[in-house]
Amino acid sequence: MTPAELHFTEQHEWARVEGDVATVGISDYAQNALGDITFVELPIVGAELAKGDEACAIESAKAAASIYAPLSGKVTEVNEQIEDDPGLINTDAYAEGWIYKLRLADPSQVDSLMDAAKYEGFLAEQGDH
Amino acid sequence: MKLIFDKSVPGRRAVRTTDAALGDAIPIDRKMLRDTPAELPELSELDVVRHFTELSGKNYGVDSGFYPLGSCTMKYNPKVADLISQLPGFADLHPLIPQLPGGEVMVQGALAVLSETGRLLSEICGMAEFTMQPLAGAHGELTGAMIIAAYHKHKGNEKTTILIPDSAHGTNPASAAIAGYDVKTVPSNADGVIDVNALRSMVDDSVAGVMLTCPNTLGLFNHHIKNIADLVHSVDGLMYYDGANLNALLGHCRPGEIGFDIVHVNLHKTFATPHGGGGPGAGPVGVVERLTEFLPTSVVCAHDDGSYYLDYDRPKSIGYVAPFYGNFAIVLRAYAYMLMLGAEGLLRVSENAVLNANYVMAKLKGHYDLPIDAACMHECVFSASRQAADGVRAINIAKALIDRGFHPMTVYFPLTVPEAMMIEPTETESKETLDAFIDAMIEIAELTKTDPDQLLACPVTTPVGQLDETLAARKPNVASLGQSENGDD
Amino acid sequence: MPFIANTDAQRQEMLAAVGAESVEDLFANIPPELRCKGLDIPPGLTEQEVRNQLAGLAEHNSSGLISFLGGGFYDHFIPAALNTIVSRSEFYTAYTPYQPEISQGTLQAIYEYQSAICRLTGMEAANASLYDGGTAVYEAIMMSLRVTGRRKVLVDDSVSPIYRKMVRSYTSNLGIDLMETQSREGLPDRKAIADQIDDDTAAVIVQNPNFFGCIDDVTDLAEMVHARGGLLIVSCYPISLGLLKTPGEMNADIVVGEGQSLGMSVSFGGPYLGFMATRRKYLRKMPGRIVGLTVDAQGREGFVLTLQAREQHIRREKATSNICTNQGLCALTSLVYMSLLGKQGLAELSGICAHKADYARDLLLKIPGVTIRFPGRWYFNEFVLNLPMAADKVIRGLFNRGLAAGFPLGRYFPEMNNCLLVAVTEKRTKEEIDFLAHSLEVML
Repeated sequence: MTPAELHFTEQHEWARVEGDVATVGISDYAQNALGDITFVELPIVGAELAKGDEACAIESAKAAASIYAPLSGKVTEVNEQIEDDPGLINTDAYAEGWIYKLRLADPSQVDSLMDAAKYEGFLAEQGDH
Repeated sequence: MKLIFDKSVPGRRAVRTTDAALGDAIPIDRKMLRDTPAELPELSELDVVRHFTELSGKNYGVDSGFYPLGSCTMKYNPKVADLISQLPGFADLHPLIPQLPGGEVMVQGALAVLSETGRLLSEICGMAEFTMQPLAGAHGELTGAMIIAAYHKHKGNEKTTILIPDSAHGTNPASAAIAGYDVKTVPSNADGVIDVNALRSMVDDSVAGVMLTCPNTLGLFNHHIKNIADLVHSVDGLMYYDGANLNALLGHCRPGEIGFDIVHVNLHKTFATPHGGGGPGAGPVGVVERLTEFLPTSVVCAHDDGSYYLDYDRPKSIGYVAPFYGNFAIVLRAYAYMLMLGAEGLLRVSENAVLNANYVMAKLKGHYDLPIDAACMHECVFSASRQAADGVRAINIAKALIDRGFHPMTVYFPLTVPEAMMIEPTETESKETLDAFIDAMIEIAELTKTDPDQLLACPVTTPVGQLDETLAARKPNVASLGQSENGDD
Repeated sequence: MPFIANTDAQRQEMLAAVGAESVEDLFANIPPELRCKGLDIPPGLTEQEVRNQLAGLAEHNSSGLISFLGGGFYDHFIPAALNTIVSRSEFYTAYTPYQPEISQGTLQAIYEYQSAICRLTGMEAANASLYDGGTAVYEAIMMSLRVTGRRKVLVDDSVSPIYRKMVRSYTSNLGIDLMETQSREGLPDRKAIADQIDDDTAAVIVQNPNFFGCIDDVTDLAEMVHARGGLLIVSCYPISLGLLKTPGEMNADIVVGEGQSLGMSVSFGGPYLGFMATRRKYLRKMPGRIVGLTVDAQGREGFVLTLQAREQHIRREKATSNICTNQGLCALTSLVYMSLLGKQGLAELSGICAHKADYARDLLLKIPGVTIRFPGRWYFNEFVLNLPMAADKVIRGLFNRGLAAGFPLGRYFPEMNNCLLVAVTEKRTKEEIDFLAHSLEVML
């Protein structure tokens, strides 16, 4: 089930916004499409990202993809656990598989994202779910 | 599992290369020498021969059986070509000799091989001139992209983009990027070929060129090719031909006559040089007259008296893409092959290649989904979607073929077809081999319905089963380092 | 028709199954105006005719010269067992090991090759091969840009001029700041490099032994580069590593080189073998195929191509490299060579080359007017002589005596017209070296 409090991009990133901090990861749909995640190149702490910038790269045995910034902000923390255990993204994409945290430049930007229900509708439309 | 290093016996050795007595200390300062010799194997010659003989038993080549990898053209490699490449007059020739004053006369035979092969390829492809320098197909693509860049630079054109179909091999965009271009992907239409309307909307003044494989990776010939060429030429863009599928067209159609300006051929595909377990190959590049000034140096030329020389005086050349003249021993093999085939033989190659692929397609079409139900050329593409719905995917079909003694076809390429299975039989396969393969595929299709679990367990007849690729990528173990394994940086 | 099995009768059966009248029908999708009207190529030859014709061409080449040519490509002895092993059709008629279960032979051999290269160079991870030593230098440069995120690269002019030219060609469209530093007295000039290095330098590239044959200890250069956050790339000659301190011991970050001397004929330009090795921490930034060890569902060990997400078939335009077909059989060849020579054999061979070169150098320097270009340097098996006349003239004269006496450097280094690069391998006998010295003396 897609957690109701999350917001989503069309590139399948999710953001959990608490005050002016957002935690970012990739959706369950994305982890399933990629297959077993083998490596994540984490963003650099302190990096300034604009919404839509490429934040980091993710690899699976058969695919590679970029992870974008859903909102503008500064990277404050990265999930070092997934360096040793990238499979966490597969098993728990919405909680333990979080990738990085942003201090938001403009928290109201979250209005430009899809909420959980809208994202599920988006996936259904794509015909892939 | 014993690696060759694990079999070492300290003090054992195989080959001594010379009897020269040593005795004296090495005439180099101790500080410049390594502390301990490299931890290479310590084995007898027999030990080494047995080790590799055992390894060869766990391998599969064209000489072992059917090898229908799509767009790889795994045809039979003539043994006479290998023999010729080992002649000391070729094998022991140092590449610097023609760069010595008076050296060119010492290598006339080798220069003749390079020049003649270029001439034959020019005739086959409808090009003005060829370079033998590119060392593989992807290397040829890069050379071609660099020539495109040089052409536009000298004309003062501001070009930023190369267009590539969505069905293209990954080396195309990768090569274009190295030449400094942005890559834009053109979609295919319902007929499986490049969508000309989409292309029309994408071709503008920023387009340096278009890279096409023809027939494409679905084995389909786009009969709008001349229109596409005109469109691209109208913005002074160049048409690049990826020769991976040339086996379908030999003698029937020449890239230079259907609108292409630059061509690369894969000698290890179309011209029967061995694949080597992943190379060496060769990817010679041919161009039309107006692009010859950009070819890499040196260029093999002939004086009026017919003797050959190397021309380095090409101010607009893209420079060196190889250290010398190309993978010479590979070019030599391809030359021998072309000489043996002659004009008629080349024609028969494409005829039989196309017939073999259409035969396989006709026989399997009731059993597997055909994304495009039209005559194919030298390869056909099926989709395992129907079987996937029952839990048996293309990868499982491939593994089931292994248990039945066949090397599988290419799976999951082209990316535009779900559960893709790309089959290229080549012209050197017999009807009996094709029939055996067809029977196996039909049996597998049936088992999908009656006993899918059996298929999912495949392969069971091989030394190892399906290997954990996720583990290999998460925790890479890529070398056995021996003593230095402990405590290096 | 050569190599085609099917008879006319079989083709008829197949056409019927396809529903076509003739093979021509199968080409109906090519518009008639695009059809080729015919190839102007002579009829095919029989195997015997081809052999005779090409044997004739082989005889038009002077492969029997007594050769002192090197410049990165060396005439070393190749044991008979090597060709027997490498000609096994299961190795050479196979392709890239896409189906690992039936390719464990190739895959294990590549893993062992990767391991052998690491042991030889003192590094921690190697790839499955690149085309040659020159493209390997280029790929190392691109890797250093990826690792550091910087755009500037320094290449010393003591690195092979052939490789430097290749690198300039490849990088010309990439907006990279490629600078050459001038060597001094046969070695990289530390001051010149220190003057050029800054915080935008991704890598410094040197060669050891360098193109002039001089041996160097570049540990200090590694330190200099690391202090500014850059990488040291070292191109090397594998036979020399039987004896010499390794680039790994000198703290190099990426090691590349030409593997031809490990069992491949000089073969007029190829096929050759580019090798690359690096530190563990840069593994995921390394281009090319990589083989890894893993297990199957029953816990049996096996080998697979790994870290493929970096490669062209997945990353496409964002790939670490465009390489697909590489030099698989040549990598196998080098592994077999390193196994046949073995730990002691390679060290011994290396020593023999050094001794013979030393003997040659002493003898040649006794000739009046001949001096060593870079005095006070250590050499492995190659060195540069100053001659009292243009090296070109000397070469021409010595050809008549059946000698390829060396490589005149004026072609690549305009100020060195009187200089000759001489290489000596274990294949050169004492008689041949004496003959070279005698002939040179007579000429001068």
